[in-house]
Amino acid sequence: MTLKGFVSGAAFALLSYAPAMAQQPVKIGMVTTLSGPGGYLGADMRDAFNLAIEMEGGKLGGVPVQVLVEDDALKPGQGKEIAERFMKTERVKLLTGIIFSNVAGAVVPDVLDNGGVYVSPNAGPSNFAGKECHANYFVVSWQNDTLHESAGQNATNLGFKRAVVLAPNYQAGRDAISGFKRFFKGEVLGEIYTRLDQTDFAPEMAQVRAAKPDVVFQFHPGGLGITFARQYQQAGLLETIPMVVASPSLDSVILKAIGDAALGIHISSHWNSDLPNAANKEFVAAFQKKYGRIPSYYASQGYDTARAIGAALKGTGGKVDDTKAFSDAMRKADFQSVRGDFKFGPNNHPINDWYSLRVERASDGNLAIVTKAKILENHSDFYAKDCKM
Amino acid sequence: MSLLIEQALNGVQLGFMLFLLAAGLTLIFGIMGVINLAHGSLYMIGAFAMAWVANVTGSFLIAALAGLLTAGAIGMLMEYFIIRKLYTRDHLDQVLATFGLILFFNQLTVLLFGRQPLFVQIPGFLEGSILLFGDVRYPVYRIAIIAAGLLTAIGLYLLIARTRLGMLIRAGAANRDMVRALGVDIRLLYTVLFGLGAMLAGLAGVMAGPILSVQVGMGEQVLILTFVVVVIGGVGSVRGAFVGAMIVGVVDTMLRAFLPQAFRQLMAGPDADALAAGFSAMGVYMLMAFVLLVKPKGLLPAHG
Repeated sequence: MTLKGFVSGAAFALLSYAPAMAQQPVKIGMVTTLSGPGGYLGADMRDAFNLAIEMEGGKLGGVPVQVLVEDDALKPGQGKEIAERFMKTERVKLLTGIIFSNVAGAVVPDVLDNGGVYVSPNAGPSNFAGKECHANYFVVSWQNDTLHESAGQNATNLGFKRAVVLAPNYQAGRDAISGFKRFFKGEVLGEIYTRLDQTDFAPEMAQVRAAKPDVVFQFHPGGLGITFARQYQQAGLLETIPMVVASPSLDSVILKAIGDAALGIHISSHWNSDLPNAANKEFVAAFQKKYGRIPSYYASQGYDTARAIGAALKGTGGKVDDTKAFSDAMRKADFQSVRGDFKFGPNNHPINDWYSLRVERASDGNLAIVTKAKILENHSDFYAKDCKM
Repeated sequence: MSLLIEQALNGVQLGFMLFLLAAGLTLIFGIMGVINLAHGSLYMIGAFAMAWVANVTGSFLIAALAGLLTAGAIGMLMEYFIIRKLYTRDHLDQVLATFGLILFFNQLTVLLFGRQPLFVQIPGFLEGSILLFGDVRYPVYRIAIIAAGLLTAIGLYLLIARTRLGMLIRAGAANRDMVRALGVDIRLLYTVLFGLGAMLAGLAGVMAGPILSVQVGMGEQVLILTFVVVVIGGVGSVRGAFVGAMIVGVVDTMLRAFLPQAFRQLMAGPDADALAAGFSAMGVYMLMAFVLLVKPKGLLPAHG
């Protein structure tokens, strides 16, 4: 036995009250979207998740972890296949990572039926938030509707009366439109459903122009949002009809891509890089140092998800196999979120504050997303009341 | 009325984009018998080369030229090193190999440019929109796309109908073995033709750059619709590709634009919108199924 081995053996003996299981790294399966137009969303989320682990020296909540990452390519079938492989061959109990609600729709029931725990860093579809809620299913980000409820409230606060709403025809898109309508007090002139693989929005632009609304609300995450915002500007609509969106339709990457066109768009979000709490300052600085770019809100959620998992692992001493104990520890949410205070509601979805944001030119000439005012405080979601665990 | 005209223009513009892609795809299949799934990758390469050069030089014209040449050159290299080995293999091998190329090009693009989309400005002289007639305003850039597509279509027609190369192309589509037997350097013809098809795809990518987001995976999004166009028009026929592209472009746009209104006459607003979105997404595929039912070889098949 070498000296080094002897020392670590002694250290192990000192820590012998910790269960031996904890020395095996806990495997975390991450199914996320890394390719295609939505690829940067998953990449940002993954990078921040890994950053949280790195900042703790390869651990979360003092427990060594190993993250297995695979790309679902925004295909529900592929996501399901990866999750099954993780659970069957890698014996993974704890899964996370899905960005898009249609992938979550295929993967989450499978994970829960197999006795696993799923912690969502992004997608929060309505169908899992109410009656179908589950003790082992957590959403760290938001319930889909709440994102767009904040946009609806924002539009109401701004005094808009007649809106046209647009979103892709999939679960999160339909959640977006019902969320917006729930809090928008004006009249909705038309609902336009686009496609998740659409690249040209010219026909929709013509419809918007013909409807003559005084505000447009749209939800188009990732590459879709870039194309939509640019074509909205190119069609000359940005000067005439203001746009209200929630954060997925204008994250820091979309901002970089559309540039000055973003000035004047009304955004609402639960997080922004300039939130003044200490955890956020530490996160934004560390992320920028490591990756050389401003973290998007996907990154903030990836980081929070890692920290929430860390808190739960700490609570159980690194055990995941007893999913009930793990979920109980998870529910306490004993970590410092980059959003400030963080707690789960009765359906394991978070209770968030929502802020209005604007794009402004910073003193260095670059565009920045700046927090302006609070729109909703301690906002829970519409479906929580239907959840009986 | 002005909305109808604007939407028709949108449809025609989409049609020209699809034509540029479908022309190359159908030529390559018709003459060489190769199903090239990586055709969308050439579109992506054209767009990326154009976006990169535009951001470095600031000139749209240099960037457009760079996009065309890069797509054409990579197409020829692809033919020389990979596709050439596939002519005698069956279609399954071709599909597998060219699918592999899609993965290769996508990953290469991620390594070179990252996953975040690139951004290209519309050049100054094509910015804004103009009043066509009445109160129909249309973006200049989209008119430029229609014009470029029209010029390319005329150019292709002249090339195929009036030149020696075109004669060989027509002969090759009609009877490949006979052309070979008559001593034509078929290898060179194939490489040139593949380069031409790649360049057309590159041109579509160049023109899409400033209005769509230039990103990894953009080729696959457009590839499926391109195949629909080729099948409707008749495999191997450039005329068919033109007709098919116009039909698909206009039908797809019109369904998206007007089906929700039609459905709203029958049921409540939100239900109508959601149902119409579903139906319009299926529209071109139902059209394809119908065409195949009536004319199994497509509307204007290349040979009999």
